[in-house]
Amino acid sequence: MRTYFIEFSYLLASILFILGLRGLSHPETARRGMHLAEFGMAAAVIGTLLQREIISYEWIIAGLLLGSTIGLAMGVWVPMTAMPQRTALSHAFGALAASLVGVSEYYLHGAKLGEFRMCAIGFEVLLGSLTTTGSLVAFGKLQGLVPGTPLVYKGQNIFNLSLLAVTIGCFILLLFYPGVAALFYLMLGLAFIFGILLVLPIGAADMPVVISLLNSYAGLASAATGFAISNNVLIIAGTLDGGSGFILSIVMCKAMNRSITNVLFGAFGNVTEKAGAASAGDMREAHLEDVGVQLAYARQVIFVPGYGMATAQAQHALRELANTLEDRGVTVKYAIHPVAGRMPGHMNVLLAEANVPYSQLYELDHINPEFPTTDVAVVVGANDVVNPDARDNPQSPITGMPILEVDRAKLAVVLKRGGGKGFSGLENPLFYKPNCEMLYGDAKDSITRLTQAVRQA
Amino acid sequence: MPSETVIATFYVFILAAFLGYQVISRVPPLLHTPLMSATNAISGISLVGSLVTAGAHQTTVSAVLGFIAVVCSTTNVVGGFVITDRMLKMFKRKTTSATKENSE
Repeated sequence: MRTYFIEFSYLLASILFILGLRGLSHPETARRGMHLAEFGMAAAVIGTLLQREIISYEWIIAGLLLGSTIGLAMGVWVPMTAMPQRTALSHAFGALAASLVGVSEYYLHGAKLGEFRMCAIGFEVLLGSLTTTGSLVAFGKLQGLVPGTPLVYKGQNIFNLSLLAVTIGCFILLLFYPGVAALFYLMLGLAFIFGILLVLPIGAADMPVVISLLNSYAGLASAATGFAISNNVLIIAGTLDGGSGFILSIVMCKAMNRSITNVLFGAFGNVTEKAGAASAGDMREAHLEDVGVQLAYARQVIFVPGYGMATAQAQHALRELANTLEDRGVTVKYAIHPVAGRMPGHMNVLLAEANVPYSQLYELDHINPEFPTTDVAVVVGANDVVNPDARDNPQSPITGMPILEVDRAKLAVVLKRGGGKGFSGLENPLFYKPNCEMLYGDAKDSITRLTQAVRQA
Repeated sequence: MPSETVIATFYVFILAAFLGYQVISRVPPLLHTPLMSATNAISGISLVGSLVTAGAHQTTVSAVLGFIAVVCSTTNVVGGFVITDRMLKMFKRKTTSATKENSE
């Protein structure tokens, strides 16, 4: 009877998780969906606590209390701009939990494990460990604790791949000799090291792909836990998480016209001068008052936010400017590139935080045809996603990457911190076009001053 | 482990993968960040495994490992759901709060 109750709670949780994710297909149903998922989680936890194997509750209660406190504190206090870091950190937590359960299973059963369970535990520990350290490095890069530029040295790829080969070798040997504990702990240690080495050479601008990929690994580690302890709800939830991360990585890679292999081993963002064909002409600095007038009398203005908007926390100021323009009858739209920012959907969340209705946020394919009839396009801290070289110059390292065609607007105003290059290190010919003007300075500050200029126009 | 169980587990895995693909590819790019934090919270279900490890109390080592695992996965579950809800609350179709904003 008790077993039926427990299994039923897992079944209920699985159904509610799936319905919850289905709710995410529309912003209107999303919150309700998540409440279902929360309910499912509660059911699964209560079901688990009734299991006969659990004989003492001190560790459990202490763990639940401590975890809830940390989780709640993070959930309430983390600012929206820090969402990529938080996500990376939570991948590390999830993966570490999976890995530790695997280690404990091996520690308890060791040689008595059958091939199937050994295989599942191997996957669990391998994926879990490399995701833990990999996510921590990603967290460090996003938080600025580790340099965001790719860390490369000669023979790096060969070294990393051999390390991976040795790790997998240990795993395969374990399937035949599950009793050799040294192999297991060697595999564990190597997987931790491989995680670090995997993410170190990847530049900060490629983080949307890396985060998605680590998301996928963390989910698969959970699914492997499900295989190891033959628990279906773990398999289902882990697979959903793994699949979601995988789909997102593909979406992100497509948005950059690159393969996953290229992202992982290409050490992008380290491009030196060679590729960027020296652009002719000068960059023109914009006059604030002129831009204010142009904006005030425009029919349509499109804002193109990038990571610079997040670092400058400029989303609220931008919304303020948009409000001022809308009050004057200007149509305002926002163009969102899939890889703008540091994680999938990063810009959407920041703009939503600033109260921008989502009906004003446009995706690449929908907004590009509108640029030629747009009076002013304002680029707020984005660079590579508006680089026309990706479309026009087949020699460019980012060739084929879909871009927002800001250069086709009647006037493009680029808000930028300084005259330097963007993350990829590439020249951006947009800045030299006759219809482009540069507005240097902190994005938030520039936008606030633009708002004043519009009001005075 | 009996081979029937192994096969049944694979069925569950494969079906979940297909279903996941169908469900998740319908999520618009608009909600990709909440999607990631939601799946993160959901995959905190590894809490189920952690709870058993921590509570079965077979050895001190396994209990400590289990305890750390419980802390990590609970952090993900609670933090993940709270943050997802905080984000989803912000997504609005129209500027219904425009009036509210002015009165603030």
